[in-house]
Amino acid sequence: MRRRLSGWWWAALGAVGLPHDRWLSVPRLTRRAVKTAIWLGIGLALVAAFGVWKTAALAVAAVVALLVVPAWNRLPYGRFFVPLAVIGIVVAYPYYLGSLPQLPVFGPFPQISTMVVMMIFTMMALGLNFVVGYAGLLDLGYVAFYAMGAYMAGWFASNQFAKQHLNLGAVGLYPGWSGYHITIWLVLLMAGIATAIIGVLIGLPTLRLRGDYLAIVTLGFGEIMPQIARNGDNLFGTGFNLTNGTGGITPIDGPGFGNWAQAHLHLPANYLNASNFDSLYLWTSIVLVGITVFCSMRLRDSRVGRAWIAIREDETAAAAMGIPLMRTKTWAYATGAFFGGVAGAYYASYKSGAFPDDFFFNISVFILCMVILGGMGNIWGVIFGACFLAYLDREGLANVGAWINGHFHTNLNVPLYEFGIYGVIIVVVMLFRPEGLIPSQRRAAELHEGVHDDPLYEAETAGA
Amino acid sequence: MPDELLQTLSLRKEFGGLVANNNVDFTVPRNAVVSLIGPNGAGKTTFFNMLTGVYKPTNGRVLFEGEDMTNKPPHAYTQRGVGRTFQNIRLFQNMTALENVLVGMHVRLKGNLFEAIARTPRVRREEVAARVRARELLEFSGLVRKDGVIGRNLSYGDQRRLEVARALATQPKLLLLDEPTAGMNPQETAEFTTFVSRLREELKLSVLLIEHDMRVVMGVSDRVTVLDYGEKIAEGPPEAIQKDERVIEAYLGAAAVKA
Repeated sequence: MRRRLSGWWWAALGAVGLPHDRWLSVPRLTRRAVKTAIWLGIGLALVAAFGVWKTAALAVAAVVALLVVPAWNRLPYGRFFVPLAVIGIVVAYPYYLGSLPQLPVFGPFPQISTMVVMMIFTMMALGLNFVVGYAGLLDLGYVAFYAMGAYMAGWFASNQFAKQHLNLGAVGLYPGWSGYHITIWLVLLMAGIATAIIGVLIGLPTLRLRGDYLAIVTLGFGEIMPQIARNGDNLFGTGFNLTNGTGGITPIDGPGFGNWAQAHLHLPANYLNASNFDSLYLWTSIVLVGITVFCSMRLRDSRVGRAWIAIREDETAAAAMGIPLMRTKTWAYATGAFFGGVAGAYYASYKSGAFPDDFFFNISVFILCMVILGGMGNIWGVIFGACFLAYLDREGLANVGAWINGHFHTNLNVPLYEFGIYGVIIVVVMLFRPEGLIPSQRRAAELHEGVHDDPLYEAETAGA
Repeated sequence: MPDELLQTLSLRKEFGGLVANNNVDFTVPRNAVVSLIGPNGAGKTTFFNMLTGVYKPTNGRVLFEGEDMTNKPPHAYTQRGVGRTFQNIRLFQNMTALENVLVGMHVRLKGNLFEAIARTPRVRREEVAARVRARELLEFSGLVRKDGVIGRNLSYGDQRRLEVARALATQPKLLLLDEPTAGMNPQETAEFTTFVSRLREELKLSVLLIEHDMRVVMGVSDRVTVLDYGEKIAEGPPEAIQKDERVIEAYLGAAAVKA
């Protein structure tokens, strides 16, 4: 399909005097510059015609061109340039959001609160990527880890346990507080470790299953946890209130560094009292995502990461090479669970609550979709997939819906079709680009394995 | 230390009602090449799988260097020093040749999850040394300048060589090769025969070979064991096996013996 399209394209260009081989003889840098200029030109024209134009659109285009066109990799330390620049652009986002133009169809750029959620889901998707992308274990109950993290925050940073009275560096406590109040920074770590341990406990009995069976068991597990959360206000009939039932645990403390740090280091004392509340959460989540990406990269290129990929490719051969299957898979599971737990706790602190609805199976599928859409096993792909889908969920679909209703005088509630739309996205991705939008080379090869004899087939049809 | 590297005591494997191996007593001495032959379906690969922990025997015991290894998982065998290749090549198809060999080194490397994230100096040194060693092994196995080639893109012969290199990376004392020359042309087969001799002489390994090509078997083996219908029907030096009536019968039928 793609090949045929590009065939027509080059036939058309050849007719106006630019055959493919002549194009290829142009230096690569020039080719990239021309291509980028064309795409950006189209983008700018669309914004001008159907969006809301602001001069800053030109600046955005210039920055994109600067990132994409030059061969940064060739410079010493150049490979760090693009990631650092992207981090810089995201960090500065709250400062220039107001001057950005509006896109056609999608409308304005995401608000800062949406950006926070995008970052949190990125972290979760990267965590799931350890399990699904690296070790190749299909986990349909990942939401359990995320919700576990949320409840950890609920237990250790709220008034939940009324009989207890412990304050460990928490900020913003009101007089008359009770329960455990541990600073969110420590709670994040505790949540990660606790979910990792839970991951090991679930992993030990289930990970000896292969493929579909593992998926079914994780699915079951993902359904058990919300029932416990929903009925945990009277745990096993003992009257012990663990989860506060359907009401959930709320409010949960916000992060902060305390008054001393504010006075001496200009760090915010309590995020919840700050005027730039969302920006603070955004910057913190960027740090968390950064840590996750760092760990992903380090592990991918290590002995453990190679073992994960070996198990994904051929379990029997991996075992014969001396890789302990259970232990190695459990490590993948625990690592994924760790980041899921941290993200969950952070999200709970941002929403200031942990609720049984957080456990919805939908969320497992949602996170899995992010990994699949972006490209299993590829860090940048997963980040893209997570940001894009989380954006659609929070703002994108509503904006698209408003645009459709405004232009076609319909009365559609597009966000209502959310999961139908994700389903279509997944089907389309699986049919046309099963390796995801930004695939890891290795995964792409695996998924196209059936295409071994492709050239032979083509020679046949070409002759016919 | 016992003289026998590997020993099985009346090893038996049943699949449902089918007896794939029946009470096989078998030994591999140190620094020797032993071949396992037999008609198709004689239970050779099943036997191999029991020697590497892939199958659990129904009965009997496997001893490696005198240690009881029965019912241990495959990675425990690899840890102790049993390396293997597979009859139908099982490379990590989408990893490079170098990465395949590095996976083989898994049990000989130490870096754990946390050290990998911190990339401690020890892990860094270990990784560098592992890469050097992996390149040496590739070269030793006849894969010169193929480090970066993806497994599936290697030629058939090279894939076989890479499987051996990967098995060697586990630093085995005993190397099990399951039909290594299947699908090789006569010249590749001859090269391979020399290679097996080198394994014994240069690396001081024991090699256990399942093989159908009698020129290879007779050329390199110190001893040949013949399986038929899951039972050991003959054992001895290659020349004796060639003349053994039961072996000829198993391969060619009873009529051939009478003729």
